[in-house]
Amino acid sequence: MKEYTCIVCPNGCHLTYDEKTDIVTGNKCPRGVEYARSEYHHPVRSVCSTVKTTVKGYPVISVRTKGDIDKNKIFDLMKEINKIVITDYLTIGTVVMKNALNSGVDVITTTDMVKGD
Amino acid sequence: MLNYDCVIVGGGPAGLAAAKTASENKASVLLIERSGKLGGILNQCIHDGFGLTRFKEKLSGPEYAYKEEERLKGTDVVVTLFTFVTSIEKTERGFTITYVSQTGVTHVTCTSLILATGCRERTSRQVAIHGTNPAGVMTAGQAQYYINILGKMPVKKCVILGSGDIGLIMARRITLEGGKVEGVYELKPTPSGLTRNIAQCLTDYDIPLYLSHTITRVYGADRLEAVEIHQVDDHFNVIPDTKRIVKCDSLILSVGLIPENELSKSLDIPMNNRTKGPSVDQEFMCLVDNVFTCGNAMHVNDLADYVSESGEIAGRNAALSKKAKRDLLEVNSDNNFAYIVPNYIDFNKKIDDVIFYFRSRDEFKNKRLKIYQNGEVIFKKVYANLKPPEMEKIIISLKQKGELTFKLEDM
Repeated sequence: MKEYTCIVCPNGCHLTYDEKTDIVTGNKCPRGVEYARSEYHHPVRSVCSTVKTTVKGYPVISVRTKGDIDKNKIFDLMKEINKIVITDYLTIGTVVMKNALNSGVDVITTTDMVKGD
Repeated sequence: MLNYDCVIVGGGPAGLAAAKTASENKASVLLIERSGKLGGILNQCIHDGFGLTRFKEKLSGPEYAYKEEERLKGTDVVVTLFTFVTSIEKTERGFTITYVSQTGVTHVTCTSLILATGCRERTSRQVAIHGTNPAGVMTAGQAQYYINILGKMPVKKCVILGSGDIGLIMARRITLEGGKVEGVYELKPTPSGLTRNIAQCLTDYDIPLYLSHTITRVYGADRLEAVEIHQVDDHFNVIPDTKRIVKCDSLILSVGLIPENELSKSLDIPMNNRTKGPSVDQEFMCLVDNVFTCGNAMHVNDLADYVSESGEIAGRNAALSKKAKRDLLEVNSDNNFAYIVPNYIDFNKKIDDVIFYFRSRDEFKNKRLKIYQNGEVIFKKVYANLKPPEMEKIIISLKQKGELTFKLEDM
């Protein structure tokens, strides 16, 4: 038996996962089942951070993974994210790193850079 | 002097939502924002988890703000940035607002006013810590601004006091950027932040959470060098022989948020002792007629989605507001509640589909909420778990006039 706090939504359900029967209890919605199973077999997380820019008024801009990556690769991803330097105005949702660490997940901007800001 | 039906102070999620619904309901709207960008504090909240209810997707703060700003496109809402309201006066016909902007000092008049000024963090001045006054003591929001907006790391090794959500989020953020978080110390025996933030911000990164602990002294002349930590008893009194010194260059405070209501004071708006925001009726109108409030200026919310929702309600009602005598009855509760919003029901207004937000005072298991009116139970709901950090929301259609009393009873 494993116990998890579901992080899918603010309810934060207290989940119990029985690895022998693959049964999840304590969830208020189906996403809890999925989360507990994933947490046991292959934990993943989304990562939010910033990247440097050389654009006036934007020392950094915010980015996030467009999907989840392996939990144990978070710090490797942070190293890659911190190598990026943006040199021009980008709109929100622009891919700044494709297929990060071969995860199939892109890193996208989450800020709209506006000229004259 | 320009006249608007509705002036909104504050361009964060509450003000943005209010501007949208006020405009949809045919009001001419002026939205006043102090900074150079709409979205308020969402712009520095780069973590995701916003918008699950409102947009049915997991967004970061800036993305949520962007979506809200996009919704204003095509409306007639006038936005003024870099604009600071210096005074509001009540006149016979409404309000006169004086503000300073890049074009100088301007006066405008309006019929209804929405205060969407958000909240402020409690600072080190509001929690009694002895010792020196070194650099390196900052609020979680300040650390967030340094890292996420300015791109500067203000911390090498830090201690966090208080387990509010921003503190937890910053514990993770600092760790991701290569800083060390020695621990999070919480005075109370239960965490202040959401359970999922304890899991994904502390547990994931092996950051210890020490409940019933506090920081009693700071050391360091120019820069913080260490903090003194004590365990506390059930009455929050320091237990003397539990002293521990932790070396660190920063102390981050996440010790609570207070609704920002400097402007409300100038209008003598009655405040609520429990929410620390203005007392409001079900339209989120304050006890001063035609002044509305919403979002974190009204009470501190745990989700931006609720902030937007309350903004929509305030905006719509401010646009549709008619001069009518008010018939206010207070909403009462037993002492198991931290607070209930709205604090009053105006029985001269619409009383169906009234939204109530509430927080329990303590952590409770298996309680039945009962709402009494005129000696009868008009609403019942069972809660398996109630926690002060997790706000609850219910919608009730009232059928008749009568004072309401909320009670949490054992099952």
